[in-house]
This record gives sequence, structure tokens and C-alpha cells, in this order.
Amino acid sequence: MSHLYSPFVTPSSSTNRMMLNVVIALIPGTLAYAWYFGPGVLVNVVFASVLALVLEAAVLLLRRRPLKPYLGDFSALVTAWLFALSIPMHSPWWLIATGIGFAMIAGKHLYGGLGFNPFNPAMIGFVVVLIAFPKEMTTWFAPAELSGQTLGLADSLRYLFGLDDKAQWDALTSATPLDHYRTSLGMDLTISEIRQSPLFGDFGGVGWEWIANWWFIGGAFLLLTGTIRWHIPVAMIGSLLAIATLFWLIDPDGTASPTFHLFSGGVMLGAFFIATDPVTAATTPRGRLVYGALIGLLVYIIRSWGSFPDGVAFAVLLANMATPLIDYYTQPRVYGELPEED
Amino acid sequence: MIILIAVLVLGFIAGSFGLLLGFAAIRYRVEGNPLVDQIDALLPQTQCGQCGYAGCRPYAEAIANGEAPINQCPPGGEQVIVALADLLGVEPEPLNEEHGEHKAVPMVAVIDENTCIGCTLCIQACPVDAILGAAKHMHTVIADECTGCELCIPPCPVDCITMEPLKQTLDDWKWEPPPLPGESLDEDDDEAPAHA
Amino acid sequence: MPDGSRSTLPFHLHRFHGGLHLEDHKQESATRPLQTARLPGQLILRLKQHIGEPNEPRVAVGDRVLRGQKIADTPERVAAPLHAPSSGTVVAIEDRPVAHPSGKSDRCIVIEPDGLDEAIAFKPPDLERSSREDLLRLIREAGIVGLGGAVFPTAAKAETAAAHPIQTLIINGAECEPWITCDDLLMRSRPGAVIAGIRHLQRILQPAQTLIGIEDNKPEAIAAMQQALDEAVLADTRLVPIPTVYPSGGEKQLIKILTGHEVKSRHLAFEIGLLCQNVGTCAAISDALDRGQPLTHRIVTVTGTGVREPGNWIVPLGTPFEHLVELAGGFSVERPEPIMGGPMMGFEVRLDAGLVKASNCLLILNRDHRPEEHECVRCGRCTDVCPAQLLPQQLYWYGRARQFDKAEEYHLFDCIECGCCAAVCPSHLPLVQLYRYAKSEIREQQRKSWKSDRARKRHEFREARIARQKAEEEERRRKKREALAKKKSTPAAKPETELDPVQAALERVKARKAAQQIAPKNTDNLTPAQRRQIEEAEARRRKLKQGADS
Repeated sequence: MSHLYSPFVTPSSSTNRMMLNVVIALIPGTLAYAWYFGPGVLVNVVFASVLALVLEAAVLLLRRRPLKPYLGDFSALVTAWLFALSIPMHSPWWLIATGIGFAMIAGKHLYGGLGFNPFNPAMIGFVVVLIAFPKEMTTWFAPAELSGQTLGLADSLRYLFGLDDKAQWDALTSATPLDHYRTSLGMDLTISEIRQSPLFGDFGGVGWEWIANWWFIGGAFLLLTGTIRWHIPVAMIGSLLAIATLFWLIDPDGTASPTFHLFSGGVMLGAFFIATDPVTAATTPRGRLVYGALIGLLVYIIRSWGSFPDGVAFAVLLANMATPLIDYYTQPRVYGELPEED
Repeated sequence: MIILIAVLVLGFIAGSFGLLLGFAAIRYRVEGNPLVDQIDALLPQTQCGQCGYAGCRPYAEAIANGEAPINQCPPGGEQVIVALADLLGVEPEPLNEEHGEHKAVPMVAVIDENTCIGCTLCIQACPVDAILGAAKHMHTVIADECTGCELCIPPCPVDCITMEPLKQTLDDWKWEPPPLPGESLDEDDDEAPAHA
Repeated sequence: MPDGSRSTLPFHLHRFHGGLHLEDHKQESATRPLQTARLPGQLILRLKQHIGEPNEPRVAVGDRVLRGQKIADTPERVAAPLHAPSSGTVVAIEDRPVAHPSGKSDRCIVIEPDGLDEAIAFKPPDLERSSREDLLRLIREAGIVGLGGAVFPTAAKAETAAAHPIQTLIINGAECEPWITCDDLLMRSRPGAVIAGIRHLQRILQPAQTLIGIEDNKPEAIAAMQQALDEAVLADTRLVPIPTVYPSGGEKQLIKILTGHEVKSRHLAFEIGLLCQNVGTCAAISDALDRGQPLTHRIVTVTGTGVREPGNWIVPLGTPFEHLVELAGGFSVERPEPIMGGPMMGFEVRLDAGLVKASNCLLILNRDHRPEEHECVRCGRCTDVCPAQLLPQQLYWYGRARQFDKAEEYHLFDCIECGCCAAVCPSHLPLVQLYRYAKSEIREQQRKSWKSDRARKRHEFREARIARQKAEEEERRRKKREALAKKKSTPAAKPETELDPVQAALERVKARKAAQQIAPKNTDNLTPAQRRQIEEAEARRRKLKQGADS
């Protein structure tokens, strides 16, 4: 007998298509990033993507797996892209290589490849380089509006490959809004004083707030195409808003406003692109709400009381750890099981 | 001085734990050996003796004592080896072919009634009393009870017992496992896919 | 309600979780009118066409049979007999390929029709005087099984249900699977028969209300059934159009839609006072009880992209599928894929197999390559569409890892194999196939473990028996040894009496006789003739004694 089985229907979607949708949704935000901060981010994205695909192909050959189905599912591309968006816009090639290496090998293929990894690979890569290379990871550049110029394409490439002395660009570097906010609070400045800094725009950091908006629009695209479900973004944003509002109401001058939290750092990117990574997120509907809420909560805690300016990566990884437990305790009611039964 | 204190303290800790364990060993002693029962529950109960022991229970006891490896049961095959490995927390090994081959299709003994002389030697040999008969009366194998152990074949003086494959009905039919992602899908759909 | 057939009150429908909106492909076969199939060259009738014990043949090779004649039966309760669909000769009773996903063979009665289609005399039963048991017996004798696909013997199902109070009788006219239109055509062509069958069921079950559920993509069928219902004036019976969602025709889902109740896992509907029957089964019940005709034919949809003229036919059971393809104008594609059933739950079937009572549709699609399978990315779409509210993803991971006990924990056996999960999976995983495989592995493990438990018990009993025999043997020997020992160790015994127990016994008898003064009574007053006889006997004795001594 042949091995074709029911259901005999044309498939309505495919994993490739889902990943491609994610890539499409990332484009507007990435272009906005380049608009505000120069082409450095594009250089990073391209370099990271090429590296990721090459590395994935190499590992697949080592694992004696066919290349075509696995490379063609765009998951390596998505990982590389998200990683490149998380690191400073001008980073040396070895930093990117370390991050991508860890992401693809230790974060994904050691576990068995797509579908088997318990931790978000992009976040694994990011966290490894964050801890290993603190100096490079805190060298952020100011937006064009503020510093007057950004590195052009040629200069970006030279920076990437370490062909120039990086000291010449020091004048263009600056703290990120979140960074500035932390250090200022540590110096007991009030929020109104902090907000005076030119780094801050209408509701978030200059440049960053608009990039966040584009992530939101990309996220809406993903929701409309059914690539992601609403549970995780809504829960994450909702819980972050809730706890931020709570503390802001208690101490308006000593804590940042909820909108600031929402539109700075990796929250928007995280809510729609990182936390929604289906492989590592919770799978049951209620579980997803819990998972998203947990991430929102952890982001706020790490930002306010942890030692890193932005906590999205760590929050996502911690929530990944909790996923099996969340899934176990949020199993939906099966048809026929009455609530009072076990 | 400090060494003395260290020795005394550690000795005291070791002593108290020892007492605690000893107390637990006596107070919460489990009668019998549940491990043997657990192992026996996994064995196929063919009672054929191919493992080298006189039945499934003695083999289970030998495994529990660590005297016997887990890969000596041909009727159980790989499934039983894997289950035993899981239970005991050891590595599964391939079946030791010296003890026999695993037969994919279950077999039952069949007595040729024209040749049977009613000597009861096979009845005495059957470990599960699956042969019906009496002295100088016709013997017959109850197919539903026969485990396929083949212990009845050597004693028969007229060699009238053969092993036949058990008739598989459509009720016993099983679905095949579907191919996993990445397994070879031949152009010709009628070929069976390779399993990882 | 006194005239309950048409109510103006809106009916409150519930929704079940999940489900899919599929392209229904009904128009291909529903636009043609119902036709009657011409007889094929051979009718291959599998003995087992129902859930339960298989039938045994009641005819022999060479017999001539008439349409409606019983040809196979079994005394088991959960079974239904088989009847000849046309007149002809039984040419074989042997293993033939059957309509089963394995493609294997099973015992079949093969009839060669003679073309005359002569029937036995059908006697409509006297319903006035029939009790509920009589009606159930007639339904069973007519060979009626659930024609919605489950082929559970209807009489056994109704009998079990009738022992409980039935609140709602549900008639399933949903036909939710794409491509299939046989129930649609039945309701359009013979709504009266369906309603008559419902009336009979109401008589047997006495439900408080009856609901007929029909998907709203069948407006003609709804209209025809409504009209027949109005004419029949059944009490407390209501036709309820339901939204077209797959799989609203599944028994559990239909129950949820119409009543809001859920049947507990591993339990049956009658336990909560509900019973579900397919419209085809109802029509068959009417044929049996109103016309005395057993189940010999059924309506089959022959459709798909692979046949030229899709449509519906009334087909005799046992018709080979290839004959159905001919009826539909032959194949229209190079590589046809014949499926029995619908695209969601059907299986590939051999074209030389014979139609069985469960065959509602022959779907011919164009054989395509399987879409590329990727790894599961845990997207959760399967969970969103599962009508049984399971976690198909977890079932997949556990089934794939062969952790069947965990799969059972996650309610594997509640899966109705509807195929919704596999249809939406972006990685194109063969989910339903995996669940079927897992279920059959679990069942086989249970069988094996039952068998091995039995073997262990028998072995232990045998060991105990042998040990007991040995112990008894030992006991006997021990007693004997003891007795011997006692003999040797007591020298004061009397040797003469010990040496000859016979002599001792004689002595005892003599002593007793002497004590009781028992003497022979006829030795006095002998006649001369008697005396002479005694002398002769004594002489003989002396001679013998002399002979013995010498």
C-alpha cells in the first residue's frame, strides 16, 4: 500500500512561509533603525545572516542531514537577524561570530535542530556576548539627530572588520536611553530632570521610540497573517504596563513612565518577534498568557533592580526555562472532562 | 587540635547518618524483592529457557542479582531489552544471538494427529500446560495458550510437533509508524520509507 | 410542543472547540440526481461488515441465493447478519482483498449475480402487535448497522440505550466531510423513509425530544426533510440546521452543538440520556420495518478530481470499487488515488475490494507527492483546531518518542482521528497517522501483556501442581518408611499370625462361628439319595487329594 495518508487536503500553510513572514515583518523596523542610526545595522544583519547560514550548513553536514529542507526554512535567517538587531549597531566581526556561533551550535543544533531547542537561540547568542564582551556591548552610538553624523557604509564595514582604530569614533558613542536612565536614577536625579536629557524624545529615546513603533507595525502584520497568536504579545505588554504603572503611580518622579518602558529597549521587538518564537514559548493558550506575563514582569524587575539596563533577553531565557512547567499546569480541559473531575 | 575537631565532627555526622540509614533499613524494610517482580512483569512469559535459565522468573531473579545481562531473551526481543534497560537504568544492548533469534511472527506448536501416539511426554514438557490430552488419548495444543517456546518438540518420540505461524487476523493488524521529518521519501510512493 | 415539527422559537446552538472551514466540494456530485447502479460481474461480500464478531456463512459454494436472503450470521449479541444483495450463485467462500487500510484479505462470500435480481418474498412485519423487543429483533435480522461510518450494530446499540431514559434522540444528517454527498441525496430523494425510520426509533426509545441536525450547506435537503416532517407530524421533533464546520457531524461534536452536553471520555452518549443515529440508518430501519427488506444496498458517492462524472448511486453491497469507477465514467487522471471515505478520515483502498456497509464514498484524487515534512515548531495551531480539545502537539512528541503511557495520559484515546490537526500543521506532520500507530501499538501491548500474564499464571499453577504432587509423593514415602521402621523395631510380635494373614483370618472366622454356635443346618436327617450324593462327592475329593499329594 502506498504511504499517503489522510487528510488528503492541500496544506494551508508551511513553516517556511511562517519564517518568511517574520523576516518580512522585520524589514520596516530594520530600515527605520538604519534611518536613525546609519547603515551599520544593515552590515551587521547581512554579516550575521551569511555567517548563520554557513554555520548551519556546516553543522547539518556534520550531522549527516539533508541541507535543503533545513536551510530553506529561514529559521537561521531569523535568528541572525534578531541577534544583529540586539547588539550595538557597530560591533566587531568576532563578536558577531561568537554570538552566532553559540546561537546556532549551542543554542540550536546541539539539541537536535529546529523544534528541539529549549532556549531561544538568538537570545543565547546575545547573552553570551553580553557577558563575555561587556565593553563592546556597551559601546552604543548616538542617533544621527544628536551626534550630527553616523558612520557610512564604508566606515561601517571597516569598523566591522577592525580595520580602523575605534577610538576615532568615540565622540559618536553615547549611552542608550535606558542606560542613561539607570545611571541617573543611581545619582538620585528625578525623572523630570532625566527627561531633560536630549537623549529622550516624546515618549521614549530619540530614534528608538520610532523604531519600536515599526516593530509594533511588523507585529501587527504577523498577527494579521496568523503567523503569531495574540496571547504572548498582549500578555507581555499588558503585564509590563501593569507593573510599570503600579510603580509609577506610587513614585512618579522616581520611576520611568510606562510608555517609556514600552517603547525603549527590546520590549516591542521582544513582544512580537522574540518571545513569540514558537519552539521555545509555551504552547497551550493559557500557558502563553502566563509565559508572556512572566516575561513582562521579569523585564521590569531586571530593569529596575537588576544590573543590566535592559532585561528582555534574560527575561525570555528565564521564561524559556519555565516553559515545560507552564505547559504542564495549563493543560486545557479535554472534551468530556467535567470541571469537578480530576 | 583543629584536625581532631574536624575528625570528631565528621565522625559524628557520619555516625548519625549511619544510624538513620540503619533505622530506615529495618523500619521500612520491604519484604521480598519487588525488583524481581518488576523485571518478571516485563518478560514475555514464554518459559522457553532460551535465556539459559529454567523459566522467566529464574531469569528475572538472575537479572536482579546482577548475574545475567538483559539481552538474553529472544521472544522478548528488542522491546523487552529496551524496557528492562529503562527499568534498571542501564544501556540497552542488542539481543545476544547465541540464545536464539527473535521471531517477528509469533509461532504456535501444532501436533500432527495422524502420528501422535499419546505418550504424554510433550504434556509433561509444556511449561504452561497448553497441551490437552491423556495417556493413550489424542494430544492437542491449545493454540491460544501456546507461547511458542518449542520445549515440546524434542521430547516427542515420533517427531509429530511442528511450529506454525500464528494466523494474523485483520483485528491484530497494526498501523505502521509514519516517517519522521527528514526521512527518505522516495519518488515512488509505493516504497516503504526508511526509518531513522 | 403538540405540533413540534416546525417551531418559530429560535433554537439555541452551541459551538464546539476548534474545527475547520473546509472547501466542501459538494457541488461536484450533488448536482446529479441519484441513480441506481447496474449489477457488477461479482459481488464480494466480506463476512465482517460491522463492529463486533464476524459472521459465519449460512450458505455453501454452489448455492443459489435470492436478493434479501440471509447468507451469513452469528449468535453473538453485537453483530448483524448479512444478506444477498441480488440473486445469483455463490461461487466462492474464501479470502479476498477487502476494504481495509492494510490492503489485506479476509473471508468473503462471492456471489455471481444472474442478472434476474429475483428477491425473496418481503413480508412487512405486523408493527401493531410488535413489542419493543420484536422491533429490535427485526432491526437486527435486517442486518442494520450504523451507516454513518461506524457500522455499530444498530439493534445492539438501541437495545443498550433503551434500558436508560433517553432525553434526546439526535438524527445525524450533518455530513460534514468534504466531497461526500450520499446523505444529502438520501434526504432529498427519500425524506419520507428517513422520517419513518425516526418514528420507529421513537417508538423503541421513547425520547422526550428528537433533533435532526443538518449542515446549512444542504438547503434542498433541509427543505425536503422539513416538508416530510410536517407531513408526518412527529411529536417533539425538530429539524435544526447547523453551521457548516468540519467535523460537526462527529457524534460528540453534534451532541455538543445541539444540546450543549459533552459525553465523558470513554463513556457513551446514552449514559447522559442521548442517542445519535445517522439518517441512512433511519432509512434502512424504515425499509426493514415498513417493507420487510433487509439491508442489501446503500447510497455511495463516487467523486473526486479523478473521475469523469461524479455522482451518487444506489449500489448493492459487495460491488467492487472498480465497478463504481466505471459507473462514474472512468478515471480522468493518470495516477488516481482511490480513497474510501472522505479526504479527512478516509483511507486508501484496493479497487478490487468489495463495497461494505461502511462505504459511504469512493473518492478518487490525483496522486500527489507528499508535501515536505519539517520538524514540529510547536506553533500550537493543532491545539486551536482540535474538536476534542486535546493537545495534539504533546501527543505527537510522546508518540514519536514511543512514550505511549504519557500519550495515553494526554487522552490519546479521545482522539476521533478527524484530521483537523494534520490539515493545519505548517510542518505537514502526519499527525493522525502517528496517533493511529500509537493506538495500535498500545492495543498490541495490552494484548501481549494480557497473554503473558495468562502464561505466567498457568506456569505458576503448573509449578504449584508439580510441587504438590511431589510433596504428596514424599509424604507417602515417608509414611511407608516409618511403617517399615516400626516393623523392624518391635520383635515381640506373634510371628505365626503375622506370617499368614489368610490363616489368621480363617481362624478368626472359625472362632466367631463357634462362639455364635453357627453350624450347618442341613446335615441331619439325610435321605438315602442325599447320603449317596455326599459319598460320591467325598470319594471324588479323596481321589483329587491323592492326585494332588502325589
